[in-house]
Amino acid sequence: MKRIEIIQNVLEANETVASRNQQLLDKHRVFAINIMSAPGAGKTSLILQTLTRLKGNLNTAIIEGDVASIVDAEKVQSKATAVVQINTGNMPESCSLIAAMIESALKDLPLDDIDLLLIENVGNLICPSEFTLGEHRRVVISSLPEGDDKPTKYPLIFVDADVVIINKMDLFPHVDFDITAFHRSVKGLNPKANVFEVSCKTGEGMEKWYSWVLEQVKTNATRL
Amino acid sequence: MHELGVTENIVNIALTKAGEAQANKVIRINLVVGELSGFVPDCIQFYFDSLSKDTITQGAILHFELVPTQLCCRNCSTIFQPKDTLWSCPKCQGQSIEIFKGRELYIESMEVE
Repeated sequence: MKRIEIIQNVLEANETVASRNQQLLDKHRVFAINIMSAPGAGKTSLILQTLTRLKGNLNTAIIEGDVASIVDAEKVQSKATAVVQINTGNMPESCSLIAAMIESALKDLPLDDIDLLLIENVGNLICPSEFTLGEHRRVVISSLPEGDDKPTKYPLIFVDADVVIINKMDLFPHVDFDITAFHRSVKGLNPKANVFEVSCKTGEGMEKWYSWVLEQVKTNATRL
Repeated sequence: MHELGVTENIVNIALTKAGEAQANKVIRINLVVGELSGFVPDCIQFYFDSLSKDTITQGAILHFELVPTQLCCRNCSTIFQPKDTLWSCPKCQGQSIEIFKGRELYIESMEVE
């Protein structure tokens, strides 16, 4: 019997593909944002509003990740430069997008014609936090009806977020959501995260998000 | 739910390393899994039983070393294990907290023959 020292990260295979994805995106000057949340928090709504508002400024492509259906891809089709739908139902990771799925989706996108790539992850607060995709920034959406305890219950996804969006602010008078507690939890886990309070439905607070996106794309283009 | 891909990686790494060591059989794979990682040892075991079939890893014991969550207070640098889901420093009650340990998922070593 022989003992072999290994010390190898099991997720390394995913991380290798993710960094290859990022190199490809950088080569074509595409800025990628991974958008994550629980089902129904407003990922598609955020994407739709962002597409509408930034249409004149940026050419945006979308990768939609869902267990099944092309519902989301159909919704964003007319507004985006290009859309790829990934259905994870029959894949080893059905609960999250992984870097290999993005690698194959990137082959179907006209990368030279795109400034911004918004990746809508599968609705889930647990699994997507384990798999990087090659994105430049990570965004987590929490919506008021979900309750203010999500950062406490699902810390990892908040720890790694660059932006936390609190969506459905139009429902504030109707739900018991302690927004001070929510801000405190996020700040405790991740002091650097930008937190935006918005309503994708009414447009409230969205300008800050749009400015952040434009600023990030601009800064990234300068870097390359 | 997402352990299938991860277990494929474990089997692939084990086969590669066993090949490099010119081993005929993998007896034991020692894995380190953090409490905060979203990976469930029972699920990894379940997929492993099927993925390892007809390879030299078939029948290998998967040993899981579980790493408890350890947090670090950004305010006073105290390292502590959280008592509940509310992460606050036992020394200064600060709530600005960094994860120190608990996100691991790696193969530490293997025994082969």
